[in-house]
Amino acid sequence: MSGLAVFLGAALGFAAVRFKVQEDPIVEQIDAILPQTQCGQCGFPGCKPYATAIANGDAEINQCPPGGEDGIHKLAELLGVEFKPLNAEHGEPKPKSVAVIDETTCIGCTLCIQACPVDAILGAAKQMHTIIAQECTGCELCIAPCPVDCISMVPIAEDVATWKWKYPVVKLKVA
Amino acid sequence: MDIQSYILILIGTVFVNNIIMAKILGLCPFMGVSKSLETAIGMGAATTFVLTLASGSSYLINQYLLGTDLTYLRTLSFIVVIAGIVGFTEMFVRKTSPVLFRVLGIYLPLITTNCAVLGIPLLNVQAQHNFIQSLFFGFGGAVGFSMVLVLFAGLRERLEGADVPAVFRGTSIAMITAGLMSLAFMGFAGLVK
Amino acid sequence: MTRQLYEFNGGVHPEEHKHASTSRPIGIAPLPRILIVSLRQHIGQPAKPIVAVGEQVLKGQMIGQAEGYVSVAVHAPTSGTVTAIAGHAAAHPSGLTDLCITIAPDGADRWIEHSALDYRNMDPSHLRNQLRDLGIAGLGGAVFPSFIKLNPGATQKVPTLVLNGGECEPWITCDDMLMRERAAEILAGAAVMRYMLHSDEVLVGIEDNKPEAIAAMQAAASQCDFPVEVVTVPTLYPGGGAKQLIKTLTGKEVPSGGRSTDVGVATFNVGTAYALHRAVNHGEPLISRIVTVTGNVHRPQNFEVLIGTPLAELVRLTGATRDDTSGYVMGGPMMGFDLISTDVPMVKATNCILVKSLALFPPPPPAMPCIRCTRCAQACPADLQPQELYWFARAKNFGKTQEYHLFDCIECGCCSYVCPSHIPLVQYYRYAKSEIWAKEKDKKAADLARERHEFRQLRIEREQQERAAKLALKASAKLAEASPESPDDAANAAKKAAIQAALERAKEKKEGVTPRNIENLPPEKLQEIAEIEARRAKIRAMAKDAVEK
Repeated sequence: MSGLAVFLGAALGFAAVRFKVQEDPIVEQIDAILPQTQCGQCGFPGCKPYATAIANGDAEINQCPPGGEDGIHKLAELLGVEFKPLNAEHGEPKPKSVAVIDETTCIGCTLCIQACPVDAILGAAKQMHTIIAQECTGCELCIAPCPVDCISMVPIAEDVATWKWKYPVVKLKVA
Repeated sequence: MDIQSYILILIGTVFVNNIIMAKILGLCPFMGVSKSLETAIGMGAATTFVLTLASGSSYLINQYLLGTDLTYLRTLSFIVVIAGIVGFTEMFVRKTSPVLFRVLGIYLPLITTNCAVLGIPLLNVQAQHNFIQSLFFGFGGAVGFSMVLVLFAGLRERLEGADVPAVFRGTSIAMITAGLMSLAFMGFAGLVK
Repeated sequence: MTRQLYEFNGGVHPEEHKHASTSRPIGIAPLPRILIVSLRQHIGQPAKPIVAVGEQVLKGQMIGQAEGYVSVAVHAPTSGTVTAIAGHAAAHPSGLTDLCITIAPDGADRWIEHSALDYRNMDPSHLRNQLRDLGIAGLGGAVFPSFIKLNPGATQKVPTLVLNGGECEPWITCDDMLMRERAAEILAGAAVMRYMLHSDEVLVGIEDNKPEAIAAMQAAASQCDFPVEVVTVPTLYPGGGAKQLIKTLTGKEVPSGGRSTDVGVATFNVGTAYALHRAVNHGEPLISRIVTVTGNVHRPQNFEVLIGTPLAELVRLTGATRDDTSGYVMGGPMMGFDLISTDVPMVKATNCILVKSLALFPPPPPAMPCIRCTRCAQACPADLQPQELYWFARAKNFGKTQEYHLFDCIECGCCSYVCPSHIPLVQYYRYAKSEIWAKEKDKKAADLARERHEFRQLRIEREQQERAAKLALKASAKLAEASPESPDDAANAAKKAAIQAALERAKEKKEGVTPRNIENLPPEKLQEIAEIEARRAKIRAMAKDAVEK
């Protein structure tokens, strides 16, 4: 019996060396699911750190409000764990928005530029700043640093280009 | 032993005495890994590999190591062997197909505790199969397992879009479907005596 | 000469209702009170307005410029004043508003100066750009910019040119009437297409329910200076779909996810050929098209309508609104969509306005569960499996729908038409398609954000490193100054050498700097700058010598 155990142990040890896997690409896969708003609502300084934390088991999968239920479902599927509803401590999912700077109030302090995780704010010291709407992820990180509260979040309105066909509502015939 | 008996063993294990449908073994992966076709196929392949090896090696152990004196060690030593093979398979799959490894997730190590994988070697001993018969029995059982798993995964993919009454959604309707499938498999009874 | 025809799988025979609107000739719609020109009339990027509110525009003047590659220009349909550039209800299933240019006509209908293009002596690329600026887009329904399709591509040749006169959708007769009345002009447009694509053969496919159009086209073809084959194809919906017509005429199948040019065929609607003729041989941009107004109206008829004409004014041309009118459809009953408001303008895609009544178009019976009869699979002209697509779209399993080639679906509606359970199948496909598109868009946005975020991290790190290096350099320089005479100290010497090397690098960099902003200076100034530069170079050389000594 013990001889058997020793033999199997040796075989497994050999296999572990022979079939060594270099790097676990799971972090990249988790990162690919995350919405990349880089908002830090999960408690980590960006999406990649959060992905790393999930991979290491340091974080739950339900801490990302911008990813919504959909994102949690995908993470649960990827990691083979049960779905968990979004943890309200980390915020509620909001409609997709962009930040807009009220250009008459802006004093050109560059604080928001330093806060923006995706360099979507254009401007220089003592010059009016503006937000490049296409590149804004709606993370709201620029709102807190602004000393004159000139930044507001504006939900992206649905237009002809972004409009989606709705799920057909079909009434089943009542017998 | 002629070739006919091997074929009979195969047909018998795949259809008539199907390990899930007739023997009600291995229900954990049957319910757990049948959510999509891809994972079901992967799990079926991994289980087939493990089961065939396990039934062969456990025959050898039972015959030459344990003999007739140490029968009380049978279950214990079988589990050790299966655990070893599963560990090996896990590493192998991880190396060759990281995607499949992630998809199988927790269920791959769970093959270790899969009662089907232990059950087949024990049944082998009970039926006093020789080495080749044990291999066929293990392989046939695993093929039957994979087949049912894949069929059931196909059904469950369909269930996603079905109008299931709210109380039956999810696992409940899957159980009902499994029961119906089991009933269908009863139709094979009598095919092989 | 009879040509061997092929059959595509599937198809249905809906009631045609075409005679209603073919009894009257094409009417010229009078100038409307107001014109609302949408900037998003074609597939791709919307045009960019290039006029201002209050500006006077002439008929045919470009008011919206093509932006991006897949885009065409839009033009003023008549002379008048721009009164607004703002959102207006669009001819779109959503009923949402979209950017439009509103023009109040002055009634004079004064043309901007325009002349025919000498296309045979023109650079092909220039010619295509001209067509883009004349706003030519496919009038068959997809409104794809024609100048892109008229690019023969790497092979420099598209052997077969097909003019699509199929017009298989019930009720619609605008192409039929156009072929009957303006066959020669259509073929004049085809001549330009043939020239641009270097095609060997020109085929005109017309369904056999339009004998007058076939006769007219054949008569015009016999007058043509290049061979044109007018082919009568059996009437079978959707035989006028580009891929279906190609299969019928040539037996070639467009590969899944591919384009017709992949099999050496270019397909254009007859209306597009006509518009191209007006553009090339008269220099007129696409500002009008033929629209069928039919259904629950007093006098169904085809009209040549200025693009931007409000729907209500157009429908009024067929008589007073009937009391039992229950709605308006843009397009046909199979592929068209319900208009949410009647306050929408005509666009280049508008081939038909179908006025509904409950008697003509009773509401669909309630949908019943799918019984897996697979009648839809037999009817599908794209050889798809609609029942599987339906099932997966319903379960929101979009990955599977794509595996089943959802994007080869042409939304012809054959499956819904034959479904014994009256399931609105096409709605499910449209839903799945737009969800997939939205997801792809989100993915792209996320990738962009990731890239930018990673670049920012990199930049911050680099800046920190540079700052640290600078500080280190300063510190070591100070150290070297503090203990100038210790030449035997090896470490110090190495440091010194490093500093020296760094200084030299910096100097070299400096020397590489050339004076800037000198383009617009007078020659004396330039002379002065050159002198200063020469002096600088001298000093630098001297300093270098001193250091080396």
